[in-house]
Amino acid sequence: MTLEIFLQNAANGITLGSLYALLAIGYTMVYGILRLINFAHGEIFMISTYFAFYGTAIFALPWQVAFVVAIVLTALLGVVIERAAYRPLRDAPRISALISAIGVSFLMANLGLVIFGGRPKTFYRPPIFQVPIELGGVRVVALFFVIPLLTAILLVALNYIVYKTKTGLAMRAAQWDFDTTRLMGVDVDRAISITFAIGSALAAVGGIMWGLRFAEINPNMGLFPGLKCFIAAVFGGIGNISGAVLGGFILGFGEIMLVAFLPGLAGYRDAFAFVVLILILLVRPTGLLGDKQRVKV
Amino acid sequence: MAEQRAVHPLLKIAVVCGALILFFLVLSWGQEHWDAYTVRILNLCGIYIGITLGLNLCNGFTGQFSLGIAGFMAVGAYTTALLTMSPAVKQAVFFIQPLIYPLNSIQWGFLPALLMAAVVSGIVGFLVGAPAIRFRGDYLAITTLGFAEIIRIVFTNIVPITNGALGLKGIPPHTNLLWSWGFALVCIAVMVRLMRTTYGRALKAIRDDEVAAEAMGVNLFFHKNLAFVMSAMMAGVGGGLLGNLITTIDPNMFRFPLTFTVLMMAVLGGLGSITGTVISAAAVTIAMEAFRALEEPRVILGLAIPGVPGMRMVVFSVALMIVILFYPKGFMGDREFSLDRVKRLAAGLDRTNTSKQG
Repeated sequence: MTLEIFLQNAANGITLGSLYALLAIGYTMVYGILRLINFAHGEIFMISTYFAFYGTAIFALPWQVAFVVAIVLTALLGVVIERAAYRPLRDAPRISALISAIGVSFLMANLGLVIFGGRPKTFYRPPIFQVPIELGGVRVVALFFVIPLLTAILLVALNYIVYKTKTGLAMRAAQWDFDTTRLMGVDVDRAISITFAIGSALAAVGGIMWGLRFAEINPNMGLFPGLKCFIAAVFGGIGNISGAVLGGFILGFGEIMLVAFLPGLAGYRDAFAFVVLILILLVRPTGLLGDKQRVKV
Repeated sequence: MAEQRAVHPLLKIAVVCGALILFFLVLSWGQEHWDAYTVRILNLCGIYIGITLGLNLCNGFTGQFSLGIAGFMAVGAYTTALLTMSPAVKQAVFFIQPLIYPLNSIQWGFLPALLMAAVVSGIVGFLVGAPAIRFRGDYLAITTLGFAEIIRIVFTNIVPITNGALGLKGIPPHTNLLWSWGFALVCIAVMVRLMRTTYGRALKAIRDDEVAAEAMGVNLFFHKNLAFVMSAMMAGVGGGLLGNLITTIDPNMFRFPLTFTVLMMAVLGGLGSITGTVISAAAVTIAMEAFRALEEPRVILGLAIPGVPGMRMVVFSVALMIVILFYPKGFMGDREFSLDRVKRLAAGLDRTNTSKQG
């Protein structure tokens, strides 16, 4: 393999890793606070791409406005889903919440099929992202720089919110214990809603970037990235934001490199993440950066 | 109930046998005389009852939330199909790469093939369960889902055995009402008997409190694996019957939506109820077919209503959400339908009636 091809693959890997990281953060934040696999996160991601698609295609909004509107709507969608499907089950057995999450996921995927139609749609790609850039013999489009850069900026912002603001403090406190947090005068419901809003907004950014990168969107696109990003979150240590980012990058990079170095295994590409999951759970269940799991009784 | 008459055990056995014989006579008559559509749906009912009971054994009775049922169905379906197809058909189907040696020249009867499917899917179930079963709750769910996806992806890629993404065609249509409902009845009998043994009580104890069960001396690893492997075997045989019913299978049939369908049947009926599972599996199977109408264009009262693909699953997802949010225990909860319960209910009604009169 020549250096150019390797660098090309590395660029692909970093881009995919950034997208996985954006999605994995949503999983890890929700799991950290509710101890629930938000199965619907992948579908939130899928619907965000359709919000952006309809914004540009039907309402003919300028793409900047359409993307922002899509992110806001997706954040709202996340909050609504938590209200409707997870909050009533907060004191129920965890399995009920999990079934509810699976139900929401299916409902949204099939509603997507009904409303948006099963035929894949072409995502509008503003020309500014398609400017070719040549660097060290590798020709890539500007998007390959935009995605990691934007991811980095969002991570800095997220770290600021979680570790430097009162809202972030409330979210971190709720991860430990709802009742004690309430006694401290914190509105736990609000903290959870904000967690869902932030997670969904990041998923929307990921979704729009996904649309810009792969150009094609369909109602079933949420399931696999969703599962993989949950695995990325587990890989990095569930509940840990830096861990989710690290896991997302390793998974995205590993997936691209697996296909690049061992083309014979290309058919097993989608199995890669699941094998990683099973190995990590057997060898180091707390993930790379996770601390000792706390069992909430 | 002071003067309950003791029923002679032999009489009981005779009545049960008579009912079974009558049931199968009706089915074998129906196989010939009912129309193909009805027979097909009834076949599906029987198969799904068995598979859903298997899922319920693991997810409901033992509380080990597994999402791998589609993978085990795939294993069973492929095993049965490869064993029952005739060598000539196999040669025609495997035109990209020929089928590997021992499989390409053998043809078994349906029963040994189904038993083999049970054995193979049981072994796969153990291989998946032994490492996975130590995880709890969501982690078990996502791991088993991962294993099911790995099975599907492996089946897509080992072309000399599975014919890859093209799947298998021309599987002999062995499955009829006797097979599918025989399978359902065997599963029901196994479940009812199992739940009355110490094994069954141990499984329920694990569901209620794993730590307490272990403290009482229940071997967690053994019992969880028992439930998992039995569940995999039921799914495997069910998959085999399904394959030989629809005569064509491919790896994409066995994706997550199939698991979702079976899970939905179990949840609607009540996780932990045999009767609830039977009723709900049959009802959902019939509804699945009936709601196909939603996806086809039709004219109602002069109004042309276009069919909407995907509408069926929207309806079922909404039903699942309503049940889990408002009736989390499902149709039957963990109760069972029994004659004793009916008697008690009747007695209770009697008492309220008399108290009202008096």
